[in-house]
Formats: sequence, structure tokens, C-alpha cells
Amino acid sequence: MTTQAPGHATAMAIADTAVMTRRYLYHYLRKPSLLALAVVQPVLFVLLWTYVFSGAIQTPGGNDYVDYLMPGLFILAIAFGSANTGVGLADDLSHGLIDRFRALPMARPALLVGRTLADTLRNAFVVLLMVAVGYAVGFRFHAGPGPALAALAIPLAVGYLLSWISALIGLTVGDPETAGTASLLPVIPLAFTSSTFVPVATMPSWLQAWANSNPITHAVDATRALALGGPTTVPLLRAVAWILGLLAVVIPLAIHRYRHITQ
Amino acid sequence: MRDLAIHAEGLGKTYGTVQALHDLDLAVPPGSVLGLLGPNGAGKTTTVRILTTLLRPDTGQASVAGHDVARQPAAVRQAIGLAGQAAAVDEHLTGRENLHMAGRLYHLDRAATHRRTGELLERFDLSQAADRPARTYSGGMHRRLDLAVSLVGHPQVLFLDEPSSGLDPRGRHQLRHTIRQLVQAGTTVLLTTQYLEEADHLANHIVVIDRGRSIAHGTPRQLKTQIGGDRLQLRLATPATASRAADIVADLGSSSPQVDIQTGEVTLPIADGVAILPEAVRRLDTAGLTLSDLALRRPTLDDVFLTLTRHPTQPPAAPTDQARTNRQPATRSRT
Repeated sequence: MTTQAPGHATAMAIADTAVMTRRYLYHYLRKPSLLALAVVQPVLFVLLWTYVFSGAIQTPGGNDYVDYLMPGLFILAIAFGSANTGVGLADDLSHGLIDRFRALPMARPALLVGRTLADTLRNAFVVLLMVAVGYAVGFRFHAGPGPALAALAIPLAVGYLLSWISALIGLTVGDPETAGTASLLPVIPLAFTSSTFVPVATMPSWLQAWANSNPITHAVDATRALALGGPTTVPLLRAVAWILGLLAVVIPLAIHRYRHITQ
Repeated sequence: MRDLAIHAEGLGKTYGTVQALHDLDLAVPPGSVLGLLGPNGAGKTTTVRILTTLLRPDTGQASVAGHDVARQPAAVRQAIGLAGQAAAVDEHLTGRENLHMAGRLYHLDRAATHRRTGELLERFDLSQAADRPARTYSGGMHRRLDLAVSLVGHPQVLFLDEPSSGLDPRGRHQLRHTIRQLVQAGTTVLLTTQYLEEADHLANHIVVIDRGRSIAHGTPRQLKTQIGGDRLQLRLATPATASRAADIVADLGSSSPQVDIQTGEVTLPIADGVAILPEAVRRLDTAGLTLSDLALRRPTLDDVFLTLTRHPTQPPAAPTDQARTNRQPATRSRT
């Protein structure tokens, strides 16, 4: 029908991505189980960890454990939620929807970009909810509003990366249940062998070496430094480098996978 | 050649060791309906997937609406509509939202999208259910919504992969009506089906494929002439007498009868059923053969395949050869 001028292409790609983002947000709003999970899980995380562990763990610098813990919990909750991306895409795939979209004249990356953006908006909601619950149980940002906002951006960036990884997994395994389990597989060991719950210095020395090179440790350290104060440059640079480096690998792989899916 | 709505030459696709498609040629003029007829696993869906840019062929080339599927996939996608075998609609969106989303992705402007959505909801009898999530729809409604979505972009070429599956008789009737309307307005349709009758009703031209190969093509009339019109089916009370019965009625048929000694069934392709029926009964009665069942039926896909894959259609085989092949059981198991 209409032929697209090259200058138009970018505007079209943005419009297509917006259509897809909206579609996946509707899923979150209309599937009661997804909505409930997005609300209950973060609240549960905050309450469980702060009350169960706060008496037992000594934090460096004498911070309250809740202050120490919250930055790690932001990332943990988002990491657990990232499996949604792969599950949703595997579901689309098994219902023939990926074929339908691939046969439409929409921009090739629009579906995956739209999906991961919708997941990021969900994550933003999760993080804000956790801040609210955290404030109720004594958590405070200590370094001012600017760094506080940056402290929320890091978990969202980690979430964006994990969504793309989950997308790649979901499109590869093609079955929602497998996609859910497979997406969590790398997340759980990475999250627990990082500085999320305890300072790396308290771990056995062999584990310290691993924990210090774990990208989740860098992300948690950067978030923590921004939330509580302290030197931010080194952890921030490391975290950003890891996230951008991995995105540069995973995004092309996932888009390639999307373009070449055969049932 | 560029005037053809669909043009394919030598399409081939292999999955591992399975040859899904082998050297398939298609030439479909604009404003016509091509029926791709074949059993499960014949290569129908593979063909549709190649022509709709979802799958790259290993060999051959194809163009749809004048655009090469490999080199200009975006232009192909703008010109086509696809309704796949699964009713691919978003269960969490309403019918209206599904159509609206497709309209935006075809890059219709907002007003045109609204207009088109309303038209299609009306045409497919979905206006009442338009604002309910698709997951509350019945199977037939899903299918109708799926078809409606495939039409949002005013496709020049429409691909329907087994469109009547999941439709009730009313839905089928509606589908036929819709396809006729579209074709009158100049749309080209490629549809796949497992049912000869459906291809007969809907298609101007039929390509029969089996195990990835085209084994026959022509208008429904040509094809039916080739496979010999209706079938007279006899079942003898004593199976052993089936061969004798077949010999007695053989000259009434348009080609040789098929005999199944096990079940006592004789299947005779005939040109004029009503005239032949009394004569066949009289002859069998005179010969003292007892029938347990007698039926006159339209040829089925099984008959097409039996005729096309057993009788070598071209060049004609020697008569003795034909007689031998016809004495094989009339039913074939297929997966």
C-alpha cells in the first residue's frame, strides 16, 4: 500500500515498539496472577529478609541491616521477576503469535524491545513498592535525592539485561514452563553468591574470588553506595560496563533468534 | 511473470533428513484462489511459511505481489495477510484491541484503523463481543477474529492455512462468502486444505501435494475428470466374491475398480452415478451376488491420492500394470 520513506523508518519502528509495549503492559494488568505476583513478591522479600536476618548479620560500618539489605533486595526481586519475559515470549511462540507478528510489516526488533520495556515498567513499579515498604520498616536513603534516583536506576538496568537474557532463553526453549525454570537457573546462584545479603569479606576466601567478579556484586555495590553514601565511581563504572557489555552481546543474539525462529 | 500474484520456482526445504518440500512450482494469477490440497505433513504449511517470509527455502525462489520473498521481505509483508493453522490472537486483549493492534502494525493511521476495526467486527459477526477479552471467545469466534486480523491491512494476497478447521457449518459458509467477496474485489487467495470438497468449492485452481512434491494440478473440474468423478462403493456379503463382482461392473466405470478382498469392498470410479446404479444392481443380482452395503459418494482426498499415486497419471501405464496395482487394498494408512 504505502511505501515507506527511509526517514520514516525510525518513526515507524518507534511506533511499532510502543504498540508492543502497550500490549505487554495490558498482559500485566489483565492477568490477575501476574499482577498479584508483582505486588506480593517484593513486599514479601522486604519483610522476610529484614525481620528474619536483621538480628544475625553484622554489617560493615555499623549500618542498620535494613539499609544494607534493601539495595540488594531491589536487584533480587527484579532478578526473580525477569523470568516473566521468557515465559511470555514462549507463550506467544506456542500460540502462533510470534509467526503472526513476524508476517506483519512491523520493525523487526519492535516485539522484543516492546516486551523488555514493558518488563522494565513493571520493574519500576516493583522497586517503588519496595521503597515504600522499606520506608515503613526503617529503610532510608542516606545520600540525597539524586543518588537515590540513580540507586533505583541500577536495579532497573540489571532488570533490563536479565529480561533480554530471559527473552533469548524463552525464544530458544519455546515452552513457557521450561522458559520459567531456565530463566531462573543462572539468576539464583549469581544472586546468592554476591554481596546481596552479606559482605563479600565474610565469605570463605575461594568464594570471595568468585563473588568479587560476579556482576551482581558490582551492581549491588553500586546501588548500595548510591543509597547509603560512600565511594561510588568504581562500583558504578564496573556495574555499567558489565551491563552494557552483556547487552551488546545478548540483544543481537535474541533479535537474531526472533528473526530465524522455525517451529 | 511479474504479473503473477504468487510465483514460485523450484522451492525446496529439508529439515534434517526429512525433505519437507521438493522442487515446487506455483503460478497464481491475481484475483484467483489457489487450493493447496494434501494430507498432514505434505508440505502445505512449509509452503505457506516460505511465501509469507517466515521461512527461508533451501532451494528455489518465490515472489509474492511482485516482491521477492528473500530480497524484499518487508514489501511482501506489507502486501499480504496470513491466518495460520493456530488461531493466533492475543487472549488478553479484546477483539477490538486485537484488530486495532494489527491496524497500527500495518501502519494504517488512527482514523483508518478505527474504521477498519469496525468494518471487520461487523463482517465477522463479532460486534457484540468486541470489548470482551479474546480468552472468553468460543473456538469459532477465535477463528473468525483470526481471519479478521489477517484482513486488516487490505492484503493483495491472502494466505489461509486450513481456514475451515475449527469452524462450524455456519462459520464455513461465512468463510466461503468472505473469500468470494475478497476475490471479487481483486484479492488473491492461497488456501490449504485436506478436503477435496472444500478445495472444489473455494478454489479456481488446485495443486495436490504429497510428501513435499506436487503430484497434480488443474482446475477442480480437470482434477475430478482425472480422478473419475463419483465413486460407486459396493460391499459384498461374502468378501471372497468381491473380485467377481468387480469384473461384472468394471465396464460401467470410467476407470478400473479397486478391490479389497479383506473387507469385500469394491470401489468403482464412475461418470454418471444415477444412470449406472440400477444397472450395477441388476447385474449383480443376476449373477447371484449378495450386497451388504451400497453407496454412491463424492471422491475424497483418499481417492485423489489413490488415483494419482497408484495410477501413474502421465504417461499412461500399460493396462496390465494398471490392473495389478488396482487389486491392492483400497485403504492406505497415512500419518
